[in-house]
Amino acid sequence: MDLNSVAAIVVPRERDDLRKWEPGDAWLAGGTWLFSEPQPALRRLVDLSRLGWPPYQITDDGLVVGATCTIAELDRLELPGAWIAAPLVGQCCRALLGSFKIWNMATVGGNICLALPAGPMISLAAALDATCVLWTPDGAERRMAVVDFVLGSQQTALAPCEILRCIDLPVAGLRRRTAFRQISLSPNGRSGALLIGTLDAAGAFILTVTASTRRPRQMSFPNLPDAATLHAAIARGIPDTLYHDDVHGAPDWRRHMTFLLAEEIRSEFQGRAAVDGNAGFDGSASA
Amino acid sequence: MILTVNGKAHEAEPRAGQCLRTLLRELGFYGVKKGCDAGDCGACTIHLDGEPVHSCLMPAFRAEGRAVTTIEGLAATHDSGFPDHLHPMQDAFLAAQGFQCGFCTPGMIMTAAALDQGQKQDLATALKGNLCRCTGYRAIADAVAGVAHAETGAPIDAPVDPCGRNLPAPAGPGVVSGAARYTFDLAVDGLLHMKVLRSPHPHARIVGIDRTATLAMPGIVAVFTHEDVPQKRFSTGRHEDPLDDALDTMVLDPVVRFVGQRVAAVVAVSEAAAEAGCAALVVTYAVRDAVFDPEAALRPNAPLVHDGSDRAGDDAPPLHAHPNLAGEVHGEIGDVAAGFAQADLIHEGVYVSQRVQHAHLETHGAVGWRDEVGRLVIRSSTQTPFLTRDALASLFDLPKTEVRVVCGRVGGGFGGKQEMLTEDLVALAVLATGRPVKWETTRQEQFVGATTRHPMRVRVKVGARKDGTLTAIALHVVSNTGAYGNHAGGVIHHGCNEVLGVYRCPNKRVDGYAAYTHTVPSGAFRGYGLSQTVFAVESALDELARGLGLDPFALRRRNVVQPGDPMVSNSLEPHDVEYGSYGLDQCLDLVEDWFADLPPPTLPSAEWLPGSGMAMAMIDTIPPRGHFAEARIALCEGGRYELSVGTAEFGNGTTTVHGQIAASILGTRPDRIVIRQADTDAVGHDTGAYGSTGTVVAGQATLNAATALANALRHAAAAVKGGEPSECRLGPDGVATPGGLISLAEIAAGGPIARIGRADGTPRSVAFNVQGFRVGVHRSSGEIRILDSVQAADAGRVINPMQCRGQIEGGVAQAIGAALYEDVRIDEGGNVVTQTFRSYHIPAFADVPRTTVLFAQTYDRIGPLGAKSMSESPFNPVAAALANAIRDATGVRFHATPFAPDRIYKAIAGLSAETERPNADDVPR
Repeated sequence: MDLNSVAAIVVPRERDDLRKWEPGDAWLAGGTWLFSEPQPALRRLVDLSRLGWPPYQITDDGLVVGATCTIAELDRLELPGAWIAAPLVGQCCRALLGSFKIWNMATVGGNICLALPAGPMISLAAALDATCVLWTPDGAERRMAVVDFVLGSQQTALAPCEILRCIDLPVAGLRRRTAFRQISLSPNGRSGALLIGTLDAAGAFILTVTASTRRPRQMSFPNLPDAATLHAAIARGIPDTLYHDDVHGAPDWRRHMTFLLAEEIRSEFQGRAAVDGNAGFDGSASA
Repeated sequence: MILTVNGKAHEAEPRAGQCLRTLLRELGFYGVKKGCDAGDCGACTIHLDGEPVHSCLMPAFRAEGRAVTTIEGLAATHDSGFPDHLHPMQDAFLAAQGFQCGFCTPGMIMTAAALDQGQKQDLATALKGNLCRCTGYRAIADAVAGVAHAETGAPIDAPVDPCGRNLPAPAGPGVVSGAARYTFDLAVDGLLHMKVLRSPHPHARIVGIDRTATLAMPGIVAVFTHEDVPQKRFSTGRHEDPLDDALDTMVLDPVVRFVGQRVAAVVAVSEAAAEAGCAALVVTYAVRDAVFDPEAALRPNAPLVHDGSDRAGDDAPPLHAHPNLAGEVHGEIGDVAAGFAQADLIHEGVYVSQRVQHAHLETHGAVGWRDEVGRLVIRSSTQTPFLTRDALASLFDLPKTEVRVVCGRVGGGFGGKQEMLTEDLVALAVLATGRPVKWETTRQEQFVGATTRHPMRVRVKVGARKDGTLTAIALHVVSNTGAYGNHAGGVIHHGCNEVLGVYRCPNKRVDGYAAYTHTVPSGAFRGYGLSQTVFAVESALDELARGLGLDPFALRRRNVVQPGDPMVSNSLEPHDVEYGSYGLDQCLDLVEDWFADLPPPTLPSAEWLPGSGMAMAMIDTIPPRGHFAEARIALCEGGRYELSVGTAEFGNGTTTVHGQIAASILGTRPDRIVIRQADTDAVGHDTGAYGSTGTVVAGQATLNAATALANALRHAAAAVKGGEPSECRLGPDGVATPGGLISLAEIAAGGPIARIGRADGTPRSVAFNVQGFRVGVHRSSGEIRILDSVQAADAGRVINPMQCRGQIEGGVAQAIGAALYEDVRIDEGGNVVTQTFRSYHIPAFADVPRTTVLFAQTYDRIGPLGAKSMSESPFNPVAAALANAIRDATGVRFHATPFAPDRIYKAIAGLSAETERPNADDVPR
């Protein structure tokens, strides 16, 4: 929609230009959220598209995703064969409420900075132990884990004038086995719970809970736990008050689904054939 | 900046915060639609450098130097070797008639045209960014798959009757090419824009509105508050008799009664200026207590929604038991207490239907101006141009001849446009400023300030003997009409009528109450009260059948009315509803046979529980107490026919049907008839396109006009060629007489020959719908998947089976939305929480199963050429059929829609103390 209060577009060409940030400014990446809601407080849009940030870089240390990399670019990315977590990328892209047309505009950084509980790029990055690289106004950098970056629904650790530059996905995370579960109130709706389990070569298990909680939660285990241990860990790790409450799912149901999907992931890793209901309709993975 | 649109360079200077959609529309590319303005519906889809994107989310400045393709330029991207060709996907949408109102169609085609083969195999995913409210997506799937339905091959010439054939909608080529002009698809010189400030409080008196700052701002032309409006009350609800609805609404009222009520209007040279002007208004409110629950509103000390002391000097409002009572219905036949005493089993339960929104993709709005002779012209997105004209004339003390209301193509209605929600303010602004004014409401305004279905709480008590014979039915209904009484009485009466009339039961009682609350007003909505009560009664009958060990079809057959039975709901007063035809027996058989032929269900795992359910509904084919239509048909110069009808086309397909009816009588082809519609200048009067009357009332007027014209043409031919008029026969090229053929052009040479036909909407007939579902319910998550869906319909003689099938599929889809997902949520402060399609989920492709549509073979002796209505009624049995299937699958009876996983999982998984176990309410005797 037209953002009628916006009076100017600022087009920075280099990092120094970003320091001219003023109250009433918003970083404009894909624009798919900014232009989807009235923004009466905004006066200027700072267009990040001319900064020349590469969408991604594959290095020996892992994958660096530029904040302005579009979902479509990420989805098309071909990753080295040893990075067996690669299918998670497509699964998380498909978990976005927006269609492939939105993928052509929406960015990975934008999805993370919007900090919706259901933001699937948060799920992806959190599950793969990614680090956010923030540019601070003094010209320095700040790094923090994605799980710490997202503080709550539409709340991040970004200070005014700070900007998310890129997301570092370490190679160790990309080499883990993964299991993905998502559910929403309608077949292709916004996620009510999105859980990802990862298992490293040594057998260590990490469960990442997103969408059902107001911010991502992670639980690590040296080995694949048994059902009771996992259940207890979730009960301990996620207080009832942390479950998100909005029209995309009541908190008690999100909690219920969190336990259910976590156990499905655990069972899958345990090598039990996935027959007890984790194959949904339409090829989607739902409970 | 320079951007290329459809191969041509355009110079444009976008505003800083402008999105590409508004820029493209400013450049005249009206095929780029505004449906949601928020990236959810896809109606604005374009290709940017070949990639499909939502242009409402695309910053306009980013189109600099890039190539945009809109629906208007799509065909040129495909070289067919023929001039004026369409893109293959446009052809496919025409061939499948993959549209109804067509507002979503340009975006749907732009998206579909960009899909690769893999994406086309998974339309549930590929089309999740495109919403269609009309079709239920089957016709869209067929279009993408290249399945054709429309008869577009050899021209149909007399004596082949065009009725009963799958003729395409005349507007189709315009719809698929983006050329069809909807309400706002026009450029008006000197156009001013209106924006409206809405109330943040559910109940308050406006103490003052300071407009000083606003008037000092650039571009502001006028500000209107309650001090500037006619001191008259009206109802936004439009009915043939304006006194059907409480006169409780003002153009702008010093008292606000819901969050979202119009407080002030600002008119400016641009939308941006008007928006800024609204923000600068300083309003002081004296906040009052509010009540949101209808039952609380009817308690003795509830805050009053319409306090008599606010209307000093007015006539006293009608005397009701409680000032918050907006309407009521009471009646009893037989002796209900005695009937329950005779029952072997009684089921009693409370069934709750939530608030849902019409969600037509074209929002409400109007453009007004003075025409060359000074008349007020309002171009509006309305189902009732004539009644709106009458209301405006009355409100502004103008003769009816000084007001013209006209529709473009209307982008969906579903009852939501049987209201005057914008035209009054636009008229006020045009009259005050003398300049053209446009007000196009936003999607957000649509949710917070338009109307909804009436939420209802229905207590049903029904008793039967062991053999299933009903002994008594009692309904206690409370509806929430919101802050204003538009349709309050009509909906509560209609909702308590056919639902009982269809059952032969000697003892019936109804007590219905429509309560005012401080919430967004309810209004006319597809089904007009019946969907809510049918959910209750058909759920209750399912419980009775289970309790008695009877088959649900058998229980219905034992109790439904048969031709000859009196149709009685809650009074023995005479009425004008007759069995013009009767196909309920066929509908029940068709659905039962369909179930019998189903293969066993395939479910992914034992976690999914299968279940089947059915429900039925009857509807009167026409609203009561007069529904009028006029049609004028003329043979004009050169031998072409021009048909003028008052009724509006918003995807209901009536234009096609009118063409078929007229062509059938005139012995010509429908494409020889030019149809003009929904214009108060076109004919004398038309009550409106509501109550499913487009075919049965307006179509009857067309039939009468065409019959009169055919007769006149036979006389004219006989007068020239000799012979008797009865010996003359009309054909596509002329009239065959004993003395030879005389061409239509020759007959019209002496001037046009015109005839007028009228219909008054009485007597009325009845139509029937029976719905069946087979579902899978996940025992842990509460997810529901519809595996199979069928609806049998008795629409009389089906004039256009393809279109009628589309109406039924669309009705089922919309009802699935209401049964599974949709809920206009209102918080404890009276605010509507769901203001976007992201938070108010209407069915997308993935949510809607294919529904098998089966027609009863009947011919109605009342409706035109045997036809009956079929547009609201397919909605009505759906929620109950789903509830009954879920009950069958899980053993749990659900009493409230929507059956969303987070609301039902506990009961299914047996986790809830208040689990509604089967027959918990039933009282065996």
